[in-house]
Amino acid sequence: MNRALGIGLWVLAVAAGLAVFLLAPHFVSDFHSRDLARAGVFFIAIVGLNLLTGYTGQISLGHGALMAIGGYTTAALVVHEHWRDVWTIPLAGIAAGVVGFIIGLPALRLSGIYLALATFGFAVAMPSLLKKFSGLTGGSQGLRFLESAPQQVTGLAGTVTIFGHTMTQNHFLYYLTWSIGIVGFAIAWLIVRGGFGRVVRSVRDSEIAAVSSGVNLARTKTVSFAISGVYAGVAGALLAIQDEIVNPLSFTFLLSILILVGAVVGGLGSLPGLVFGALFVQYLPTISTHVSTRAGVPDFVYGVAIILVMILLPTGVGGLLRRVARPLTTRLYTRP
Amino acid sequence: MLLAIDWTELAQQTVIGLSSGGLWALLALAIVLIYRSTGVINFAQGEMAMFSTFIAWSLINHGLSYWEAFLLTLAISFAGGIGIERAVIRPVERAPVLTIVIVTIGLLFVVDGAARWFWSSETRSLPNAFSTRPITIAGVAFSIQDLGNIAVSLGVVALLAVLFRFTKVGLALRASAVNPEESRLLGIRVSWMLALGWGLAAAMGAVSGMLTAPALASFDQNLMQPVLLYALAGAVLGGLESPLGAVVGSLLLGVFVNLTGTYIGWIGTDLRLPLAFAVILGVLLVRPSGLFGRPSVRRV
Amino acid sequence: MPEAGGLLELEGVEARYGPVKALHGVSLTVGDGEIVAVLGANGAGKTTTLRAISGTVRRSGAIRFAGKSVAGRSPEAVARFGIAHVPEGRGTLSELSVAENLRLGAYVRRDRTSIREDERRVLGHFPWLGDRGGQRAGTLSGGEQQMLALARALMLRPRLVLLDEPSLGLAPKVVAEIFRIVRELNEREGLSVLVVEQNAIIALEAASRAYVLEAGRVAVEGGSDELRRNESVRRSYLGY
Repeated sequence: MNRALGIGLWVLAVAAGLAVFLLAPHFVSDFHSRDLARAGVFFIAIVGLNLLTGYTGQISLGHGALMAIGGYTTAALVVHEHWRDVWTIPLAGIAAGVVGFIIGLPALRLSGIYLALATFGFAVAMPSLLKKFSGLTGGSQGLRFLESAPQQVTGLAGTVTIFGHTMTQNHFLYYLTWSIGIVGFAIAWLIVRGGFGRVVRSVRDSEIAAVSSGVNLARTKTVSFAISGVYAGVAGALLAIQDEIVNPLSFTFLLSILILVGAVVGGLGSLPGLVFGALFVQYLPTISTHVSTRAGVPDFVYGVAIILVMILLPTGVGGLLRRVARPLTTRLYTRP
Repeated sequence: MLLAIDWTELAQQTVIGLSSGGLWALLALAIVLIYRSTGVINFAQGEMAMFSTFIAWSLINHGLSYWEAFLLTLAISFAGGIGIERAVIRPVERAPVLTIVIVTIGLLFVVDGAARWFWSSETRSLPNAFSTRPITIAGVAFSIQDLGNIAVSLGVVALLAVLFRFTKVGLALRASAVNPEESRLLGIRVSWMLALGWGLAAAMGAVSGMLTAPALASFDQNLMQPVLLYALAGAVLGGLESPLGAVVGSLLLGVFVNLTGTYIGWIGTDLRLPLAFAVILGVLLVRPSGLFGRPSVRRV
Repeated sequence: MPEAGGLLELEGVEARYGPVKALHGVSLTVGDGEIVAVLGANGAGKTTTLRAISGTVRRSGAIRFAGKSVAGRSPEAVARFGIAHVPEGRGTLSELSVAENLRLGAYVRRDRTSIREDERRVLGHFPWLGDRGGQRAGTLSGGEQQMLALARALMLRPRLVLLDEPSLGLAPKVVAEIFRIVRELNEREGLSVLVVEQNAIIALEAASRAYVLEAGRVAVEGGSDELRRNESVRRSYLGY
C-alpha cells in the first residue's frame, strides 16, 4: 500500500512538473518566456556539472568554457557554414564533449583542488584564446547571426510554426530549451540510476575501494567529464541561439562560477533541486536589480544571497529535499 | 651566438618580470596561507585586495601621503580580514570544502559589488610608491619602481617568515594549520588562528594591490582579476602547501611570462593569461605538488 | 581507596559521535597523586572517556576537576585548567621540530622563568630530546614520539595527564620504559595520571586502581591488586 502511495505521489509530481512546463509561457509575459529560456540554458549546464561533481566528486570551474566551445561551434556553423541554428545543437554538444574528454585525461592525475584550479585556469584563459583566433571566432567582436546569416535564425520573422502550432520566437526558445532540458534530465536520471551511476558514485565515495572492485578509474573519470561536456556544449549552443550572437564576453569565468553556484545551491548529488538552482542563478541577479539599480548593489545582494544560502543550506536545496523526503522514502523501502 | 643576446634587455625584462612576480607572490602567499589552514582557495582574495586599494585611494584623496595611507590601509585590511572570517567563514567552518569555496565566491560578489557601489567605475590612479626616475646599475637602466616592488615583496615575505619561525603566535598558526585537533588539546584557540590567518592574508593582498595600481596609468575595479590567476599559477608552480613555494613560484612565473611575452611575439601581451593557465596545467600534469611541495603517494 | 572529592570526578557521563552513543553513563574518580587505569576491549569507550574529559567529543553529565565543572568546556579551555591530553596516536605536530613541539606544550602558560625551569626538568627526564631539538617531529620513531608527547604534556605543568593507549604500536621494551617514566613522575612529582590501555597487564602494574569499561559503561572497578587476583575478571575483561 505504501509502495503504491509512493509511486502515485511520484507520478503526480512528474505530471505536475510537465504541466507547469507546458503551460508556463501562457501565464507569463513574452519577455519572461525569454528569461525562462535562459534559465533553461543554466539548467542543462547545471545538470551536466552535477553529473560530474555531484556524482564523481570531480570539481570543475571551467564549465563556462565548455559552454563556449558549444556556443562557438554553433555560431561558426551558422555564420561560416550557413547551417540552420537548431540543427547545430547536437554537433555543439559533441564538440564540447570531445573537449571534455580531453580535459578528463589530465583529470586522471589530478583531483580535488588541483582539478578545480586547472579548470579555473581554462575558464579564465578562454576569452583570451577566443580573441586570439579571430579568423574562426570573430575575435573581440564575435560572431553575429543576424548580420552574417539571417536566414539560419529560427523565428527571425517573429513567429515559429511547429507541428501546426504558431508561437512567438520567445515561446519557441522556451519550449526548445526546456524540452531539451527535460530530456537531458531524464537521461541523467537514468544514468544515475543505472549501472554507470553506481560505478560513478563508487568513485566519489572512495577511489581506492572502487579500483579494488575492478572499476576502471581512468575510463570512468574521462567518460563522466565527456558526458558533462556534452551537456555544457548543448547549453552553450542554446545560449548562442537565444542571443543570436557569441563573443568572448558571453563566456567569462563568471559563467563557470554561476553554473557551479547553481549546482551547489540546487544540491549536488541529487536531481530535483537543480531546477531551483537554475532559477536561482537566472533570477537572483534580476531580483537584486529590483532592490536597487545602483552600480554594484545587485552584485552585492547576489553575493549576500549566495552566502546566506550556503550557510543555511550547506547541502543545497537537494539536500533539504532529501531530508524532507526521507520519512516518505523510508516508509517506501523498509518493513515496519 | 652568445654575443647576439642583448644582455641589457634581458636583464631589464628579468627585473620587470621579478617585479610583477613579486606582487603576484604576495597574493599567492595570501592564498596559500588560507589554503594550508583550511583546504579552501579563497576566490575573493583578489577582490579583497582591490577593495583595500580603493580604501588607500580614498585616504590619499583625503590628504594622506602614499605611505601613510599604505600603513593605515594595511591595518584596516587586517581587521577586515579577521572580520570577514568571523562573520562569513566561521558559520561554515565545518561544512564540505565545496560549500566553503562557494561562500568565497559569494564573497567575491559581495566585495566586488561593494567596491562598485562605494566608488564609481571611472578610472582613477594611485600616486607612485617610488620615484619614477630610472636608476643605472652596472650600466643597465632599471626603474626604481620595479626594484622597490621587489624589495617590498621580499621584505613582507621576510617579515612573515620571522613571524612564523620565531614568535609564539606564528608557531601556533603553523600548528593550527597542519594539526588543528592536536593544537586545540594544547590550548591553542584554533578558530581564532584561522581568523588571524585571514587577517594576514588580507593585509598581504592589500600590499599587492597598493603596489600593482601605481604601476598602471589608471585602474578600476577590475584591477586584481588577472592577478588572481597569476597568483594561483605561481602558487601551484611553487606548491600549494608551501609558502616559500608560493613566493619562488610567483617570481619564476613573473620572469617566465615576461620573457616569453617579450621574445615570442606571437604570445606578446595577448596570451599572458593562457600562458599562466598552461603553466598551471603543465605543473599539475608533471609534478602536482609543485617545486617545493612534498609529493604525496597517490597511486591508484 | 581515594578520599571523597578527588582531583577528577566523572558522574553519569554520556558521549556521542553524531547519532551514535558511545558512553552510556560513566562514573569514575581520580585522586590527587594517583595513577588510575581505564581498561577494556576495543570499542568499549575508553578513548571516548578521555575525549569527554578534554572536550573533543559531544558529551553530557557531570565532570569536575579540582571541584570546578569542566563539563561544557572546549578543549582549549580544558587545557588551561591544567589537564594535558596525550591523544591516541601521540598527537605529534609532525611538521614542526621537536623543540617547537615542546615549546607548544607550554603554550597556555605565561610564566617564562618557570617554563624554562620545566624545560630543563623535562629534558632531564628525556635527555635525548635536547640533542634532537631541530629534527622534524614526524621523523621520530613511534616510541620517541610517545616520549615527546609525554614530555610536551609535562611542559604544561599539568595537574592531570590523560594518556591514551601509550603502548599502541610500540615494542615491549619501549612500552616498559614509558611506563617506568610515568611511575617515576608520579612518585617523585605527584603527577596524577588517567591512562587508557589495551595492555591490561602493564597498566595494572603502574596504576593503583582501574576501571574496566564494556560497551560504554563501567563494568568492574577496584584496586589493581584485587583486579589482578580476580580470575574471572581477568578472563572476561582483561584477556589474560
